[in-house]
Parts: sequence; structure tokens; C-alpha cells
Amino acid sequence: MTEEIIIAGFGGQGVLSMGKILAYSGVMQDQEVTWFPSYGPEMRGGTANVSVIISDTRISSPILHEFDTAIILNQQSMDKFEKTVKPGGVLLYDPNGIVNPPTRTDINIYKIEGTKIAADLGNVKTFNMVVLGAYLKAKPIVKMESIRKGLEKSLPERHHKLIPLNLEAIEAGQEKLEAVNEVSV
Amino acid sequence: MGDLRLMKGNEVIAEAAIRCGCDGYFGYPITPQSEVMETLMAREPWDETGMVVLQAESEVASINMVYGAAGSGKKVMTSSSSPGISLMAEGISYIAGAELPCLIVNVQRGGPGLGTIQPSQADYFQSTKGGGHGDYRLIVLAPSSVQEMNDFVDLGFELAYKYRNPAMILTDGAIGQMMEKVVLSEYKPRMTSEEINDKYGSWATNGKKPNRDYNIITSLEMDSAKMESNNLRFQEKYKQMEEEEVRYETFQCDDAEYILVAFGSSARICQKSVDLARAKGLKVGLLRPITLYPFPKKPIAELAKKVKGFLTVEMNAGQMVEDVQLAAGCGNSSVPVKYFGRMGGIIPTPGEVVEALEQKLIEA
Amino acid sequence: MDVKDIIKPENLVYQKPKLLTDKTMHYCPGCTHGVVHRLVAEVIEDLDIQEKTIGVSPVGCSVFAYNYIDIDWQEAAHGRAPAVATGIARVNEDKVVFTYQGDGDLASIGTAEILHACNRGENIVVIFINNAIYGMTGGQMAPTTLLGQVTATTPCGRDLERNGYPLKITELIAQLPGTSYVTRQSAHTPATARKCRKAIKKAFQNAIDKKGTSFVEVVSTCNSGWRLSPVDANIWMEENMFPFFPMGDMKDGERDAPDAYLKKN
Repeated sequence: MTEEIIIAGFGGQGVLSMGKILAYSGVMQDQEVTWFPSYGPEMRGGTANVSVIISDTRISSPILHEFDTAIILNQQSMDKFEKTVKPGGVLLYDPNGIVNPPTRTDINIYKIEGTKIAADLGNVKTFNMVVLGAYLKAKPIVKMESIRKGLEKSLPERHHKLIPLNLEAIEAGQEKLEAVNEVSV
Repeated sequence: MGDLRLMKGNEVIAEAAIRCGCDGYFGYPITPQSEVMETLMAREPWDETGMVVLQAESEVASINMVYGAAGSGKKVMTSSSSPGISLMAEGISYIAGAELPCLIVNVQRGGPGLGTIQPSQADYFQSTKGGGHGDYRLIVLAPSSVQEMNDFVDLGFELAYKYRNPAMILTDGAIGQMMEKVVLSEYKPRMTSEEINDKYGSWATNGKKPNRDYNIITSLEMDSAKMESNNLRFQEKYKQMEEEEVRYETFQCDDAEYILVAFGSSARICQKSVDLARAKGLKVGLLRPITLYPFPKKPIAELAKKVKGFLTVEMNAGQMVEDVQLAAGCGNSSVPVKYFGRMGGIIPTPGEVVEALEQKLIEA
Repeated sequence: MDVKDIIKPENLVYQKPKLLTDKTMHYCPGCTHGVVHRLVAEVIEDLDIQEKTIGVSPVGCSVFAYNYIDIDWQEAAHGRAPAVATGIARVNEDKVVFTYQGDGDLASIGTAEILHACNRGENIVVIFINNAIYGMTGGQMAPTTLLGQVTATTPCGRDLERNGYPLKITELIAQLPGTSYVTRQSAHTPATARKCRKAIKKAFQNAIDKKGTSFVEVVSTCNSGWRLSPVDANIWMEENMFPFFPMGDMKDGERDAPDAYLKKN
């Protein structure tokens, strides 16, 4: 199994940390992982993206031009990455702020009202965990147990009290995933 | 078995430095390598191993602090990115001229000038052919994974001390910023003053001892005959490096008709290109130089006898091409050596590499 | 009376310090470097720190300082001696490290390194030889060259509009919180040489006591660069340099306490 993912949105949406938790979860279940971020000024308020690869075998290129899954959290990223999803792959997006929704018919398209759900949960910072939950529902590539361990590893000790809230957000995301377009693989 | 972590390449450089018994790090912030010093400062190794970490006023000062500390026999290093390495060029030349061991990490970004902060391999010439003034060479190691960022810190110091010559880890923003699994090295203790005196007392400025003449660290020699003999000694050293220190890796080269030659992050991309090409029925292999100096001439000459062509893949304008041409020419002077690369911080994709291979070599 | 009857310990009034080597100095007759080398050698001997003193020589006439004092030395790139000394001192806390720099090296090309080393309060000694000219390269304008002073690159005299002002870098250094002792001396008469020796000794004692940076400027002559006899050079220095570079301590005590520099909350 090899899963190649791009997560893209605004800086501050938790894009990089979502990728990090995913990568840690892969490590927790003995898989090979790479986590490759966009870096520099664009991290500071502009767009941010990270590609994560989780694989049972040695990973060759950490830098990719097409992906099994794209998680897209703003319009700029939609414009840039919709076309990079492999046919039959997955595009997951939050419709908040998306003016031009995805139009491809050869890929699985899902949406998650992450912004709204996180607000309903009472903590908008859990937004990225809601989206992560939705992704794991669409593609259960790592076990929830590994996600929990991944959270423990990637969050500093002083934030460990927030793990239950994060897990709750992941569950909410899993429950509220909406299919927009599904293709048979 | 060491300690398994998920870490950024830059963070690993810091961790590996602490663990290998490094005595001091002197640096100056520059994207995309600032995590090296940030990680060191957060780790506070002065409490743990006694390692000194100092943020200098400039790259110029950093490399000269390294020169001073290395002269006293201590195991010291610096890191920077391309524009900063240019500023260090003078100091690196002095260190090579004074025959001091040290480790320099270059997490390359695109140039020339201020260029871009995105990854690049455009300092190949600077690292392998010169950079500073005078006839000198650096031992240049090109890691292509976060694991090798760990491994090459220790290896770099080992080679630097073996030859009393600066060693460089030439990496780029992609490997520096990327996180991968890494098994960290076991801790090695820092050398004691007594050990330094026993091993390096013949040259180090560790304080004049009653049983020896005073030591002078200098690259200056006003007598041309003596300066020439210094140069000849350096050249002997470089020759020995070329004989003993060449490191490289091959990937599916046994039955290959076409060989990609790539180092560092480009080599990672090319591994995928090899898979893509093989899936199309093309017999393609990859040769990855691990030491850029000394360059793996012999394996390229050997491959040149049996393959139909080489494609160098680089994040620069083709700086490695002539090294591959020279090496391949020793085996078969008619074998074509072509280049594909991207510049300005753009990373070539595995698919682009296969397309270039088809256009420039297979269909040509 | 035979010469053997004269050379007796009880008749000894002057001798070469033990730490000065027997190499013939390359300095011009009348140059101040020889005197200051001697003073530094005497101080190292007095303080019995030969085995723990590391000298850093600059680029300039004193590039070869390492030939003359019997201690370990490193030769630095032009202007970088304070960085080199910082590197040595930081990883060798038991050592006493000093730089020996001229005005071109310290006050022109190496301004950043000297200011930052002094501002950090590195435990080093800086011996600054200011003769208002570039000696080694053949008498060109230095940052400390006086207005009107003729040099190879100011043949009509240093001109304010063209060349800017001479730099009083020692006054600048004295403002830096990391310094504990900043002084300006000369060594052109027995009395001033004795005073200068005391200053150098205090500076080295400060380094032993980990008191931060000590900085000793020695206003010096460059009789060949100035195109004067040694005696006339001394007179020229007294008449022209001393008014602009007045003698004396600018700071003597401790590095600044951190209180005034702390963030407020």
C-alpha cells in the first residue's frame, strides 16, 4: 500500500500539523513516511501545503506531481491541485470559501463542512482534525489507535490534555463526510 | 538499535551533531536551514554534553569562529544556505589552507544572488570545484534522505579528521525541510583535553606544552618554494581521497541501457523515474554519487562501456554534466551524456525526467 | 676589563623576555610593534600563562606576530581575528585568548567582528595597534588616518569630502556593555611603555578572571609609512595623533550588569 496525499490551504488552518499527525500515525504502525512542506514566507499567512506519503515499502520521491488524495481547504489550492488527483483518486474539500467547486468526474469527490463543525464543537482550532476525520472515513489508511498515538507524539506534552477534544473532532468529521461524486475504481 | 524518530532533515543535523560529540556550532540564521541552530538552542546541549552553540553576527564570523575552534583541535561545525556559504568562502579557503578539520552544512537554495528560498542544487560547482580562492578541495557528501542527514554528520567529521580537511554536507531545502523516519545515532562522548592533546597535540593550538615547540595555525607562507610544497602535499591528500573515499549507490543498473545520474533530492526523484520508466518497458537505472568530491568516476566509466547513454538530472543548469562526461569518456568516449534539470527552486517531477530521457536519449 | 667581567647577573639592567623567540623581527627599525610584542611577552611570562595563552595574529604588518612569542598562535583572515578568538575561547574556557590587530584590520575590514565580540563580552584581550596607516601594503589610508594626512592613497592629504572622517573606534568600543576595560596607551618612551605594560597586564588578568573583553589601543608610529625618521615619527605622533587620540582609560571595571538590558515583562 502506498498513499500519496497533498493537503493544501491557508497558513494557520493547521495544514502542516494535520500532515504531521498523519505521518506520525504511519510511523506508529511501522510504515514508511515522508512529510514535505511548502516553506518560507508563504507559510506566514499565505497558502500552505504539505505532501505526505505513507507506504509499506521504501519511498522513492518525496516530491510528487500527482496524488492519490488531495485535501483542499481554499480556492487557490483548488485551482492548483484539483488537476493533480490521479484518476480514481480522492478529492476532499471544505466548501467554506470555495467559489468554484471541483468539476472532475473521474475522481471521488467528498466534502466536509469543517469550519462549521469545528465551530459547533466549540473550538475552531479543531478544524483540521475534523477534516482529518473526514479523510479517514473516505480512506481508512491508518488505524484510529495509530492516530491517537500519532497525536501523542506530535503534540507537545503540555497540549496532551487536548487529545480527547481532537479525537472528538476526528469522530465528528468521520460522521459528517458527504459524498459529492463517486466513481467505481 | 538507535532511537527511531520522525524528524526534519535540518533538525536531524542538530541532533546528530550533539550525539557525535561535537564541541561547538557557530551559525547565522538563513532560510531554509534555520532549524539547525533553532533545534540546537532548544536542546541546550551545553548542559547535556558541554557542546557550545553560538549565534554569530554573520556567516563571515561563523566560519572564522569555526576556524579558531577547529584550530584548537575541537570538533566544530557550521551550517548555512547558499548566499551564506558564499560569504563563508574566504574562511573555508583559510581552513583548507591551514589544514583544519571541520564540518560545513550547505542547505542549498536557488541562486544566483538572493535568488529564492526554494530548494536547489546550484552550488555543485562552488562545493566541488572551488568556492573560495586557491587550489583546495572539500570532501563533499550529498545525502538523499533524512537518515543520511544523520549518518553523514558523523561520517563528515570522520573524513575531515582523517584528512585534516573541511568536509561539507551538500544538501538542499527539500531534504532539510522534509520529515522522514530516522534512526538517530548512539551518543559518543566529546573528546577530553587529554585525548585532544594525544591525538592532535602535534598541530593544535591547545596551549603550548613544555615538551613541544609552539604550534602555529596559518595558511600563510611567504616562501614560494615552501608554498608550492604545501600545495603538492594538499594535492597528494586529494589524490588519496579520490582513491579511498569514493561513495556511490546504484539502483537497477545491472541490465540498464540508460543511466540517470543524480545526487541528493534529485536522486530520490529519479528512483521514482526509474520505476515509471521500467513500467513502460524502458531499461533504466540510476547512479547516485554520494561523494560529489571525490566523484565516482570509475563506476561511470564502467557503465559507459555497456550502456546507450547517461542523463544527469539536477536542480541546476547542468553543473554535473562535465564530470559525468569526463568519467564516461574514460570508458567509452562516444556514449552520449545529456542533461535535464529545473532551476529557480523548481523541483523536477519523476514524470518530467522520464519524458526528458525519452526525448533526449531514447528517441534522439 | 674584559666583556666577561661585565656580563654578570648583578650587572643586568635589560634582557630579552624568555618568551620572545630568537627569530629576527621583520619590522622596520623604529616600529612600535617590536616594543608591544615585548610587553605582551613580558606580561604572559609574569602571569605564568604561557601554556594556556593562544594568540591570534591579523593581516597587516603583525601577520607574523606568531614568529616572535613562544605560545600557540593562529593567524586569522583580514579583520576576522575577534571571530577566530571567539571560536577558540568559547570551546576552551580554560585558555587565555588575545588578538593582536592593526587599525586597518580592526577598524576597517573587521569592524563588525570587533564590535560584536566586544558587545558579547567575549573573554578575550584585544591589543589594537593604531598607527593611522596601512603599513604592510605600503602606506595607504587607514580608517584612523587624520584629515590632511598624506598617504599612498591620499597623496594630497585625507580629504573630508572624498574620504570621510577618521574613526575613533576605541571610543565606540568603550560604549559596549561587554567590555570591562578599554584604554588608550602609547609606548614611545620608557615611561609610556611601562604604563602600557601595566595596561596590558590588567587586560590579561581580566581575561584570566573572566571579566569580559579588555581592549588596549596603543597609538603607534609607522615611520616608514609616514616617511619620517623614528625620532621625527615620535614627534609627529605626539603633535598630531595625541590630540585626536587622547591617552587614558575610557572604561575600567566590570561589564555592564544585565538589569538595564532586560525586557520588562
